[in-house]
Amino acid sequence: MRRPIDLTSARPGVFAEKAFVWLCRLGAAIPLTMLAWLLYRVAAAGVHRLSWSFLTDPPSQLDASAAGLGPALMGTLWLIVLTATIALPIGIGAAIYLEEYSRRSKLAGLLELAIANLAGVPSIVYGMLGLGLFVHALAMGETVIAGALTLALLILPIIITSAREALRTVKDSLREAALGLGATRWQCTRQVVLPMALPGILTGAILAIARAIGETAPLVVVGAVAFILYGPDGVDAKYTALPMQIFQWTSNPKRAFLDNAAAGILVLMTTLLVINGVAIWLRNRYQSRRS
Amino acid sequence: MSDETATMAAPAVGRAALHTPTRGRAARWYERLIELGLAGCGMTSIVVTIGIVVILAHESKDFFAHVGLGEFLGSTKWTPIIGDHHSYGVWPLLSATLTTAAIALAVAIPLGLLAAIYLSEYAAPRTRKIIKPALELLAGVPTIVFGYFAITTLTPALRDYIPGLSGGNLLSAGLMMGVMIVPLVASLSEDAIYAVPQSLREAAAGLGGGAFEAIRKVIVPSAWSGIAAAITLAASRAIGETMIVAIAAGNEARFGFDPRQPGQTATAYIVDISKGETPHGSVAYQTIFAVAAMLFVMTLIMNVISHRLSRRLRAAARA
Repeated sequence: MRRPIDLTSARPGVFAEKAFVWLCRLGAAIPLTMLAWLLYRVAAAGVHRLSWSFLTDPPSQLDASAAGLGPALMGTLWLIVLTATIALPIGIGAAIYLEEYSRRSKLAGLLELAIANLAGVPSIVYGMLGLGLFVHALAMGETVIAGALTLALLILPIIITSAREALRTVKDSLREAALGLGATRWQCTRQVVLPMALPGILTGAILAIARAIGETAPLVVVGAVAFILYGPDGVDAKYTALPMQIFQWTSNPKRAFLDNAAAGILVLMTTLLVINGVAIWLRNRYQSRRS
Repeated sequence: MSDETATMAAPAVGRAALHTPTRGRAARWYERLIELGLAGCGMTSIVVTIGIVVILAHESKDFFAHVGLGEFLGSTKWTPIIGDHHSYGVWPLLSATLTTAAIALAVAIPLGLLAAIYLSEYAAPRTRKIIKPALELLAGVPTIVFGYFAITTLTPALRDYIPGLSGGNLLSAGLMMGVMIVPLVASLSEDAIYAVPQSLREAAAGLGGGAFEAIRKVIVPSAWSGIAAAITLAASRAIGETMIVAIAAGNEARFGFDPRQPGQTATAYIVDISKGETPHGSVAYQTIFAVAAMLFVMTLIMNVISHRLSRRLRAAARA
C-alpha cells in the first residue's frame, strides 16, 4: 500500500506522535508543578505565623515572632486607594477618547504606539521615572503620594487596554441609535456606551489594581522604607508596603524572618486570589447576563 | 403625569437629560470641554513616554559626560562606589543580565511553546478550562514570591546536584525567571497558533499527514511571526525582571557567564543602590540612572521588534 502523496520521506511513526503529545503535556505540567510546589512550600513555612496580631503588629528588627504586618498593610491600603483614584479616571478617559472620539485618527495611532510601548517598559524603569520626577523634580520626597503616582503610571497602559476592549464589545448599532435620536457624542457615551461597558471596564481595573499590589521594584526605587512602626497618616507620610515588608524579611539571614516572609506571602497571595476571584465573578455574571 | 411615566420608563436617560444641555451654545461648549478633557487623558501616555526619556537622559547626562560611553560599554570592571579607584564598565552587570535572561528563555521558550501547542491542538475542552486559569494564576504571582522560592527552596535543591553552586547564583534566578515567563510565551503563542486558518489544518490533514506533522510543518511555521513576537517580548521581560535576581542572584557585580557563580544584573544593581541612602546628584544616584537608561534602550528595541512582528502576524491573518 503506497500513499499517493507523501509529506516526508521518513514519516514519523505512531510512537513519535504519542511521544510528542506527551512532550506537549509536559510543557504545561512542569510550570504548574512548580506553582504547586511553590504554594506548598510557602504554606508549609508560613502558616504557623498567621494570627490576628501578625496582621496588626508593627515589624520588629530583633524578634521575628513579635513582628507583624500592621504598617505594611496600612501602607498598601493607602497606596491602592490613591493609585486607583489617580489611574482609573485617566485610564478610562483615555480609553473613551480612543474608542469613542478619535477612531482611526493620526493622533490615535500615535497614542496607540505610546501605550504599546509603555506596556513593555520594565517596572523598575517606572520607579526611576518616579524617583526623578515625583520624588526629586516635584519635591514630593519619599511619600505615599509619590509611590502611588508611580504605580498609577505603571498600571495606566493595562487599564487603558482593558477598558478599550470593554468599550469595543458595545455594538455600534446602539451608538447609532443614540446619535440618531439626537444625543450628543458625550450623552451617547455617558448614557448608552458606558453603562453597557462598565462591568468589563471594572474587571480590567480590578486586575490592574491587583498587579499594583504585588509590585515591589518601583517602590524600592521611589523610597518605600523597609522599617517603620506606623501606617501612613496622610498622603505626605513615609510608608512601607506589603511586598516591601516581604522583601525585607526575605533579605534577613535569620530563618525565623524567612518564615515571616512566607506568612506575608500567604497574606499577599490570598488578597490577590480574592481580588482576582471578584474580577472573574464579575466577568462571568456580565457574560451570562449578556448572552 | 406624562413627565413622570417617561422618567419611570427610562430613568437613566430622563435624569441625566436634565443636567446635560443638548442644544445651543452651552451644549456645544460642554461637549468641547469634555472632548478636551478626554483627549488630555489620552495624551498622558505620550507625556509619560517623553517623561521617561527626559528624566533618564537628564539624570544620567552628568555621568556620561564624566565617564563617557567608551568606558561604560567597553570596560569589564564595575566599582562605581567602593574602593579608591572607581571603574565604570557596565559589563559585569550586562553579563549577569544576559546570562539570567538566556537561562530564563531556555526554560520558557520550549515549555511555553509546547504548552501552547498542547492547549490549542490537543487538550480536551475540559482540560483547557483547568490549565488556562492555572497558567493565569502562575502569571499573576508577584515576582517577589518567586524570589523567595528561589532562595529558600530552588537553590538548596539544586545544590544537591550541582557541586560548586554558590548560595546566590545566576542559575536558580534564571530558572525561576523562566518559570515566571512560561505563561506569557504560552498565551501569546497560543493566540498566534489559534490564528492559523482552519483551511491550512484541513489541507495538511487532507495530504495525509498526522497531527504532529501538521504542527511541525504547517501550523508552527505559519504562526511563526506571532511566536517570534512572543519570544522577543519574553526576552524583554527577562531583561527587565528585578525582584527574582535582586533576591536570588547573589548581588555581586562580577564579570562572567558561569551560571553557578553569583552575579548582579542591571536591575538588581538599581535595587541594591536604592535600598541605601542615595542623595540626589551623588555618583551612586547618577549610576542607577545610567544603568536604567541602558535597560530602557535594550527593552525598547525588543518591544519595537515584537510589535512589528505581531503586526505582521495580524496582517497575514487578514490576508
